Amino acid sequence: MKLVIKNIRLIDPAQNLDEVTHLYISRGKIAGMGEEAPEDFVANQTIDGSGKWCLPGLVDLQARLAEPGSQYEGSIASETKAAVAGGVTTICCPPDTNPINDNQAVTELIQRRARQAATAFILPIGAITQKLEGKLLANMASLKNAGCIALSQANQPIQNPLALKNAMTYAACNNILLMLRCEDTLLKNKGVAHCGAVSSRLGLPEISVSTETAALARDLILVEETGVKAHFSLLSTAKSVEMIQAAKKKGLPVTCDVAIHQLHLTEYDVMDFDSLFHVTPPLRSKEDMQALRMGLKMGVIDAVVSDHTPLDRDNKLLPFGESAPGISGLETLLPLSLKLVEEGVLSLSEMLAKLTSSPASIIGIPNGSLKVGQSADFSIYNPDAHWILNREELVSQGDNSPFSGWEFSGQVETTYFQGRPVYKNEPV
Amino acid sequence: MRLSKPNIQLNSQGKLRHFLTLEGLKAHHLTEILDVADSFIDPETGDIRKQDTLHGKAIMNLFFEASTRTLTTFEIAEKRLSADVVNLNIATSSTKKGETLLDTLWNLEAMMADMFVVRHNESGAAHFIANHVAPHVHVVNAGDGQHAHPTQAMLDMLTIRKHKNDIFDLKVAIIGDIQHSRVVRSQIQALSILEAREIRIIGPATLMPSHPEALGVHVYNDIKEGLDNVDVIINVRLQNERMKSALLPSEKEFFNLYGLTNERLAYAKPDAIVMHPGPVNRGVEIDSEVADGPQSVILEQVTYGIAVRMAVIQILFNNAKALAAGESK
Repeated sequence: MKLVIKNIRLIDPAQNLDEVTHLYISRGKIAGMGEEAPEDFVANQTIDGSGKWCLPGLVDLQARLAEPGSQYEGSIASETKAAVAGGVTTICCPPDTNPINDNQAVTELIQRRARQAATAFILPIGAITQKLEGKLLANMASLKNAGCIALSQANQPIQNPLALKNAMTYAACNNILLMLRCEDTLLKNKGVAHCGAVSSRLGLPEISVSTETAALARDLILVEETGVKAHFSLLSTAKSVEMIQAAKKKGLPVTCDVAIHQLHLTEYDVMDFDSLFHVTPPLRSKEDMQALRMGLKMGVIDAVVSDHTPLDRDNKLLPFGESAPGISGLETLLPLSLKLVEEGVLSLSEMLAKLTSSPASIIGIPNGSLKVGQSADFSIYNPDAHWILNREELVSQGDNSPFSGWEFSGQVETTYFQGRPVYKNEPV
Repeated sequence: MRLSKPNIQLNSQGKLRHFLTLEGLKAHHLTEILDVADSFIDPETGDIRKQDTLHGKAIMNLFFEASTRTLTTFEIAEKRLSADVVNLNIATSSTKKGETLLDTLWNLEAMMADMFVVRHNESGAAHFIANHVAPHVHVVNAGDGQHAHPTQAMLDMLTIRKHKNDIFDLKVAIIGDIQHSRVVRSQIQALSILEAREIRIIGPATLMPSHPEALGVHVYNDIKEGLDNVDVIINVRLQNERMKSALLPSEKEFFNLYGLTNERLAYAKPDAIVMHPGPVNRGVEIDSEVADGPQSVILEQVTYGIAVRMAVIQILFNNAKALAAGESK
């Protein structure tokens, strides 16, 4: 199967590329680009891409697929469909599945299901500790050898500093990347909302900034001591951005990401106790949101993730504090990111880099690029489409999106995975 | 981008449909409650007269959290309005058997409830319930987590108005555990809406809200400064949990620093009144001499509680009737 897409705007931050030209795909791989077709290339199919953009498939460093786990919340098949509907073709899934991905058997199960679904690359993240309990180390090197691209504790950070230090030391000597989310659970206590003006007014139990920064400070000290490669997930506060910036300046081997919803929502969105806005870490102040946006612009924050967490309705049909935290985010990652471009926070290619080349380089994979020889994973994007999100129409099995009713300009039309169309948004 | 939702407490005529919090209400909503409550109280004897207004209406008191006084005063208020009353102590029944909160509610709704009076330990629980009940069912918040306890705040306003005529121009000091108190959050909102001249909160920083400016109050860590020249003093109950979670060393130290004694009362205006939503911890928040003294109005508060709750319930049913009459025209 040979495909040529003509006169399309190719945007690929990995190659510093942004031009209108032709893209050639052969046998599932990018065969070439430019006015001249590669040698011996005879197209079976020609698509006119005039007025459209071609974006590399996005690389999402954190998205839950609910499998193994609750079939009511989603499956690898349902959630990879959601991913490609949002232009995401590489998904890293955290270990907090059920059973927990703390051994090779679970890793292999995920990989097998991923191959069956075959609409996106699924890269498992293994657990650092057994059952994510933060006490005994999981078979870290075996997990890596089985194909885990990194190890993490998902939403259950290690609280015992000695266990964490040992995990880091062991990871460093095995060249394992750790993905860490910083949260001191004793400081968090029973908190469910950012400690700020809104929690003061609503009487919601508070999560202070120090809940994140006290843990981050400790982790950075241990990274310096052990030399482990660490990626900090889901930063939520201005102070965290400042601390990572200082650590990078010092030359520590650290990178970090932010969830896309943290760049658009604030504590004020919790004002009606709407459980769709219940997330971990919590939505912070406007100043924090601005600092996160600035951190992204300045290059302190390397990647933007969906933190996709599909939930069934019962989990959200509860009073705010009792509801399960999380947003079904795979389908809004790209639209919300491009909204940041519209708002002038950063340029189109800067933004796309945070969703493609930059996360790919953090985990050391070639995905997220349109380079010749790469797997042909990309989406055709119509920059002129206008649409309104209705959460009931999401492809994901979880419709827990707080962005229902938001207006977007620009939309994914078709997504290709390994040269095959795996998603088509039929124009109404 | 995202339109703010309409206040779910108000119907399409801008009148109260539920009573969940005071935030977002106007002064006229509050004065109406106070005026109606006043009309139930016999000016000669202070008795509260029985009304025939809610004959055939079913009110369910859903208490997910233990309560004695609030539940009792609601029950008396409902019976004085001639409603049928059912008390449900949910903490010990269905939700323990795994039934979800909504299933419980919908079952009770099917039993022809016209109003739920709800107490729950989660902030926002009353809003959640109001968002999911049938359109004809009213919800009254009898205390949700640390968020709101609006009928308690309204009875405090009635007590103040009885003694001070107008709340406008008063300086009010609230002493104690502000951060964890739903009563105080509602009191502060009521006082702000009724334009009290100054609202002060007094206590150690561990019991103050993290962002007092968001509440429009002035913080005093020193009780003498805080009480200086105030017209109304409100004491708040201190719970044992605060010592357990290391927010305070001991009850004794709290009393030494913040206990309301006659000596400290002297810093306030000579005609200042002393209030306490109860239950009173004598020797912790307040000295018995003050609690039983001439400036204390603590027991009056309990009686007014019945009148205010009657007023709130009657107003909600009347507003629904007026709305239906308006729509059928």
